[in-house]
Amino acid sequence: MKRFAVSAAALGFAFWLISALLNLPATLIDLRPLLAEAIPKSGVAHPVTAVLLNTRGYDTLLEIAVLLVALIGVLIAVPPGNPALSERPATADDAMVPALARLVAPLAVFFAIYVLWAGAHRPGGAFQAAAILAAALVLLHLAGLTAAWSAPTLRLRIGLIAGFLIFLAIAAAPLLGGMLLQYPPALVGTLILVIESGLTISLALVLAGLFLLLADRGGVR
Amino acid sequence: MTTGLLFALTGVVLFAAGAAALLLVDHLLRRVLAFNIMGSGACLVLVGLAQRNGVPDPVPQAMVLTGIVVAVAATGLALALIRRLHAQTGATTLPRDGADND
Repeated sequence: MKRFAVSAAALGFAFWLISALLNLPATLIDLRPLLAEAIPKSGVAHPVTAVLLNTRGYDTLLEIAVLLVALIGVLIAVPPGNPALSERPATADDAMVPALARLVAPLAVFFAIYVLWAGAHRPGGAFQAAAILAAALVLLHLAGLTAAWSAPTLRLRIGLIAGFLIFLAIAAAPLLGGMLLQYPPALVGTLILVIESGLTISLALVLAGLFLLLADRGGVR
Repeated sequence: MTTGLLFALTGVVLFAAGAAALLLVDHLLRRVLAFNIMGSGACLVLVGLAQRNGVPDPVPQAMVLTGIVVAVAATGLALALIRRLHAQTGATTLPRDGADND
């Protein structure tokens, strides 16, 4: 009965929304010309990167804060050294997997740096680079080459929070004589690159930490 | 019908399917999956609708990019909570409310 009612409601909702989308009037507000105007002084040439780090910098600043809060939540939910979570050692039975992981990990770092650099003028940027780095870290763990993270060390803690602190410092510095996130026009390109580099490292560590702090803590090969 | 509009309509279907699954399944892992499918649907609507006249709009694209990363973090937190619940009680579903009221 519940199954029928929920399915019918979801189906009705989908049909109602689809008919609304099909009869949608043309957009009243178009941000594209405004954005195209702002690109030359935004410090980067790619519009998505310009939105993320310049015109909507708030979103990105709060996003990295949200990620840190989520990671702290994971640390609280899974206390370090929880015996219930370390029953199984991390193993890779196939000899090919660690060999391949050793080959892929440096390439992933190289590719991440390229993607970070490419973000200024084509699709790419801090998030994508961080996802590639985090994937490399997870791959190394799954191949049995690195241990899972038990408790964050001081170095790891600094790495986790560096991106947020660098971004916050650069965002708050103009408060002395202006507004939050108002970059000085002469330095805007360099500042965005600094912010993006910090974000890449911190985001990669947070994303990898979400996996590696939850992973089984087995022996290292 | 443009490709962008097709993406938006697919997003609506995914959102509705995810919402129905969220209400119907009991296993917490499946609920997290259903919630992620809802989120993907919402992102697809946002991006697809913005480019329904053929020209992509970078503003919703950047918002969706932010949303994806936040969704990954939220999923990680949800999985950590599920593991804690499983480690402490052995349960993979939430206790039913009102079982003693009926």
